[in-house]
Amino acid sequence: MKFVFKLFEPNKIFLITSRAPKYVMALFIIVISIGLLEALIFSPEDYKQSHSVRIMYVHVPAAWISLGIFSSMTFLSLSGYIFKNKNFFLISKSLASSGLVFNIIALVTGSIWGKPTWGTWWAWDARITSMLILALFYFMYLIAWRIYENKDYIFKITTLITLFGIINVPIIKFSVDWWNTLHQPASINILSKTTIHSSMLFPLLIMTAAFALFSLLIFLMKYNTELIKIKNKGLDRL
Amino acid sequence: MYGRKVKLRFLFIASVFLSLILSAFLILKSLEENVVYFKSPSDIQFLEEIKNQKIRVGGMVKENSIKVLPEKINFIVTDYKNEIYVVYSGVLPNLFSEGKGVVAEGFLKDRNFFEATKILAKHDENYMPPEVKEALKEK
Repeated sequence: MKFVFKLFEPNKIFLITSRAPKYVMALFIIVISIGLLEALIFSPEDYKQSHSVRIMYVHVPAAWISLGIFSSMTFLSLSGYIFKNKNFFLISKSLASSGLVFNIIALVTGSIWGKPTWGTWWAWDARITSMLILALFYFMYLIAWRIYENKDYIFKITTLITLFGIINVPIIKFSVDWWNTLHQPASINILSKTTIHSSMLFPLLIMTAAFALFSLLIFLMKYNTELIKIKNKGLDRL
Repeated sequence: MYGRKVKLRFLFIASVFLSLILSAFLILKSLEENVVYFKSPSDIQFLEEIKNQKIRVGGMVKENSIKVLPEKINFIVTDYKNEIYVVYSGVLPNLFSEGKGVVAEGFLKDRNFFEATKILAKHDENYMPPEVKEALKEK
């Protein structure tokens, strides 16, 4: 365990975070270009929804990324709290803003998709409402950092926010199975059959990779700023 | 091994986490009636009383049940166990069709008759190109 923490020492990471963004950026541009070409031009239309299915290629990856980021933030905050490692909190903080952005993208594209398919912009069903609650948790988390940045209890507050928020994540995932919702059940299943044709699954996965790269890029830049802040304080270690 | 403090902090987090899960479960269990977006025709059959307030009924549009009249449209919503007769006048969403999911918002007149003020289409989890759908049909 001690060895793992050594890897997270700011001085070593600083070299990576200051050099890596330009490579990640280049890779992101390549992957998103392929993804958008596949999603908007080469992929077929749906038998039922025709061209409006293309919104899926932004909506679904954005939702996945926002759920993934919140789960990682919770894991990092809890580990940081239990093992008293401040660096974990900074990683978690640097991840949060791209998580919020993708959460909002998922809500907005869902709304745009809802109008032509369901016939409404918004429905207070379990999936959509729980996704909105996740956005509020992201918002709370980021606001808490803004307000209590220099207080020593900031780590406890943000840990508690992620601990409360993580309860909502399985609710989002299983809301479509537990209750009657307007939102469709999951199309992509690990244990049972995936009900999306491979010609549409392929662009979906590429777009997911592109969004993940974008979050990584924003994360590296944010985290780099955090490390510079520490350096400016004249501390060589946390 | 880890120190006593680490273990205590772990226990603290674990107990907060467990009590949160338990309370979330209890809250959602007691709110189930309101968390569901719509009731199925079977739920309607088991309703204790019919109130004159807005509710939503959802299910599948029964095959060959849509009748378009000059001023209104009639169809049957089914969950393959029970059925409810729906009457509606207004704009239908594009995805509304026979054999597909639907959610109707409106007023229940009796256990078998529903007057809708708004119709939403509920699509399923299947996505495929039209050619694949045709090939599946031919099978």
